[in-house]
Amino acid sequence: MTTGIGARIERKEDRRLLTGQAKFVGDIKLPRQWEAAFVRSPVAHGRIRAIRKPDGQEHRVFVAADLCDVRPIRAESSLPTYNASDQYPLAKDKVRFVGECVALCIAPTRAEAEDLAEAVEIDIEPLPPVIDALKARQAGAPLVHEEWGNNLFLTTFFDGDIEALRKTAPVVIEREYSTARQCMNPMEGKGTLAHWDERAGQLVVYTSTQVPHLIRTGVSEFLGLDQGQVRVIAPDVGGGFGYKCVLQPEELSVSWVARRTGRPIRWTEDRREHLVAGANTRQHHYKLTAFADERGKLLGMDAEITVDVGAYSVWPFTACLEAAQAGGNLPGPYDFGTYRCRTWSVATNKPAFTPYRGVARPGVCFAMELTIDAIARAVGREPSEVRKENLVAAAKMPFTNVTKKFYDSGDYPESVAQAERHIGLSEFRTRQAAARAEGRHLGIGFSTFTEQSAHGTKVFAAWGLPLVPGYEQAMVKITPSGSVEVRSGNHSFGQGLETTLAQVASEWLTIDVSRINVTMGDTGVTPYSTGAYASRGMVMAGGAVSKAAEVLAGRVKTHAAHLLQCKPDDVRLADGKAWFKEAHVGFDDIARAWYLRPDQLPDDVETAGLEVTEGYKPDIDTGVFTYATHAAIVEVDPDTGKVAIEDYYIFEDCGRRVNPLILEGQAFGGAAQGIGTALFEEVLYDANGQPLTSTLADYVLPGPAELPHFRLGHAETLSPYTRHGIKGVGEGAAIAPGGAIVNAINDALRPFAVEINTIPATPDKVLGAILRSRAAQEVAE
Amino acid sequence: MKPAPFTIARPAALDAAQQTLHAASHDTKIISGGQSLGPMLNLRLARPERLVDITGLPELTEIRQTATHVEIGAAVTHARIEDGEVPDPIPGMLRHVASGIAYRAVRNRGTIGGSLCHADPAADWVTAMTALGALLVVRSGSSGVREIPMSGFMLGAYRTAMEAGEFLTTVRIPRYSPRARWGYYKICRKVGEFADAIAAFVADPETRTCRVVFGSTGGAPLACRDLARHIATTGGAAPLATVKTVLRDSGLDLSEVKIHQLAVAHRRAVSGALSDV
Repeated sequence: MTTGIGARIERKEDRRLLTGQAKFVGDIKLPRQWEAAFVRSPVAHGRIRAIRKPDGQEHRVFVAADLCDVRPIRAESSLPTYNASDQYPLAKDKVRFVGECVALCIAPTRAEAEDLAEAVEIDIEPLPPVIDALKARQAGAPLVHEEWGNNLFLTTFFDGDIEALRKTAPVVIEREYSTARQCMNPMEGKGTLAHWDERAGQLVVYTSTQVPHLIRTGVSEFLGLDQGQVRVIAPDVGGGFGYKCVLQPEELSVSWVARRTGRPIRWTEDRREHLVAGANTRQHHYKLTAFADERGKLLGMDAEITVDVGAYSVWPFTACLEAAQAGGNLPGPYDFGTYRCRTWSVATNKPAFTPYRGVARPGVCFAMELTIDAIARAVGREPSEVRKENLVAAAKMPFTNVTKKFYDSGDYPESVAQAERHIGLSEFRTRQAAARAEGRHLGIGFSTFTEQSAHGTKVFAAWGLPLVPGYEQAMVKITPSGSVEVRSGNHSFGQGLETTLAQVASEWLTIDVSRINVTMGDTGVTPYSTGAYASRGMVMAGGAVSKAAEVLAGRVKTHAAHLLQCKPDDVRLADGKAWFKEAHVGFDDIARAWYLRPDQLPDDVETAGLEVTEGYKPDIDTGVFTYATHAAIVEVDPDTGKVAIEDYYIFEDCGRRVNPLILEGQAFGGAAQGIGTALFEEVLYDANGQPLTSTLADYVLPGPAELPHFRLGHAETLSPYTRHGIKGVGEGAAIAPGGAIVNAINDALRPFAVEINTIPATPDKVLGAILRSRAAQEVAE
Repeated sequence: MKPAPFTIARPAALDAAQQTLHAASHDTKIISGGQSLGPMLNLRLARPERLVDITGLPELTEIRQTATHVEIGAAVTHARIEDGEVPDPIPGMLRHVASGIAYRAVRNRGTIGGSLCHADPAADWVTAMTALGALLVVRSGSSGVREIPMSGFMLGAYRTAMEAGEFLTTVRIPRYSPRARWGYYKICRKVGEFADAIAAFVADPETRTCRVVFGSTGGAPLACRDLARHIATTGGAAPLATVKTVLRDSGLDLSEVKIHQLAVAHRRAVSGALSDV
């Protein structure tokens, strides 16, 4: 059986992950290692008056004044109106959210470090906090960064001639939507273990990150070290989802203390730290006006998008990525001509916004898909019909949309048609009517999106970012025994890249993946990569491995030709061997000749050897667009407000499927997280900015019992612009559940004249809306 | 999230436990399964100087049946009850309630006595035991043994009628007649979470007993005699609007959503109990 591209094989990494033999930051023990605990701000906004270290323990407690040679984290952007923020790894002068690091304490064990942290006295003068982003936008709001004079990281404006439509459009839909603040909750939180390696002359930082090379750049930049003095090693990483794609303040402070004390220092984030200081994503507010004709054909849209960014701008992706993506991606897969959009990236007293699986699109997809259904209800048509008619038609591909996004390939309406067929739309309407007659409330909802994956150089440059990804590099080599080593500076934290990159190498070299070893995450041994984010791993690292493996396959043929006494062009690779007609030599023979018995080779042998590093980027820089339609059938219990998902179908197209089994895992996992967004997950604050959801008893994640049996269908429209036609797949499935499920809820609740426009759609919100609607009806009667 | 320093004693006999607790300062806490206290220790919300682990006391893990009562040791786990090791005083109810507590991993360690003494308003046993009219046997080093009826045991959120130095040894549940009926319904956001609303119902025509209890109201379980009387006299639950009025007038601080959920849970508990009569 071939183990190349398209093979449905189990993951190479799963044995160690499933048998407890993986090695995470928390599993590493170095001689003389101590543990760190942070003193974190107990208030959302305040001025630090004094920090008192416990008597006799001063040498074990570190504050901003100690780290005076560390530069604050400052993410620059060239976008007009952008305000940069300075985030000191230990707060200096002011604290700006509950959970911000104020002091770092070290001790032989974590419990002792926490005892010490408790004994540190911090005196903070409380300032009025800004908790609501819409209020924070207004003049007179307390200022998170006084020097700006407002609370705006960034405002953007995309102009379109919307006023003409306002006068003429037959159907006008106005809505406000909101999505809750969330925590990403990877199973493994953040974690960093740093020590100074005297022999190498390097600060070695083991850290749980998606972007080891970026962290190396960041740590050296902000600690003032040459990059040659820093080695970052991301060992096994237990989930990232975007949470670990930026430089963490803790990575800097732990590194600094390790260097200063000459002792390995480790900090591992606990769940409460995560739920408080990691409450950093998803919170959007939309004010939309959609204009349509009598059939529901979308004519234009006017949008105001507010993103609650929190206190700081993360490095390197800044506070602006989310709103920039929201404004650019709101039109999504739809074909309409007039668009106006304002965005506000607002500073509040909350943790710094970090892009989470789907980046902005779970919000825009929710807003857009609910709007499509609202239009359909207004014109009295089946929402999925209206949806299909509004999507970009396959005949128009490739298509440049109203925000100049270049959709490379695909058949969007067909994905809706497939979803209708498999979820059984026509049969459902009959069943729904019968159920209603019995007092049961079923609903159906659809949600379609496009996802720009593997955005390229120009896209990132246009976002004004300080660091821009370019050519992704990979190294592939044959070992002396004929096995293969792949090295990539990208990283795998659950996506299965260790297997799929091996499959790409296997595709060219025909050797079984069991003999292909993939090394990632260590800046000391891998080529530079900006890392794993933006659904770029398979496209970029896969492309780079493909290119390197192709070149290496050519070298293998050249060497084999000597041994087979033929021309290189006559050699073909199959079954892990090199063949000339019926004769063959193994990779072990070829490798042995090159490394151990060069006397067998002629003098004019190819001297570049059996090791190749290549750089790659796709033929276009604008990203490749995957798309999918999700369809959900739900039952709403109008007496409890609970929503049960009866059926869930996904039809998706991510181009070439490198490993169908892994792709299914990505789809199921993403959809599970999307269901968390849709129905469960919500960080709540009181008026003082105190988080009310600091344990998993209060921050509710969906469990196995809350998840449906996902059904999945595929199209495989190859991208014309990438190696093997691959498109990104990592994020997509997390995007659509909010739209599909809430559309289904609203479909179910039509008899109650109730419309839910906010997620998560908790029982409290659903039942509350029903009760208010009933009370209003009683008053009217 | 590591606990503040503490010491732990693991007495092997009841007398020793009694003495330890009697001698102890108020900074001593009893730990049983640790499924609530454990997280509270880790969050440093509870910071006793000393813990006394009572799970090694043989008397506290015993299960007995007398002519009139089922007696469950305080350190008997939810899992043992779920698995049917405890004779049910009313067929099926204890197993049903036990099986709905959190997750199996929690039930394997968490104990009935620990849950009752922790007195979380949203927990199951405080409501179920109120509906069953259980008696709680508590011991202290100084005053010996006394029984507290469940209806007077929980005073409010995380507060009980036990005094310093006292500890719960046994839960005594009266045995019901074959004609008895029970209903128990809870509304949770997800499987295994603490409930948003609980309603329990127990009725035995032989002894002219009928109890209606609401749980997860923010305080001690709320027993409603009027609603019980309505069922006893009419054979069915009171109308939803009536139940909601009773809850609104209860003096508890309940949102409209909560009131509706409690009323619906009551309706479902009662209809589930009476449908197979």
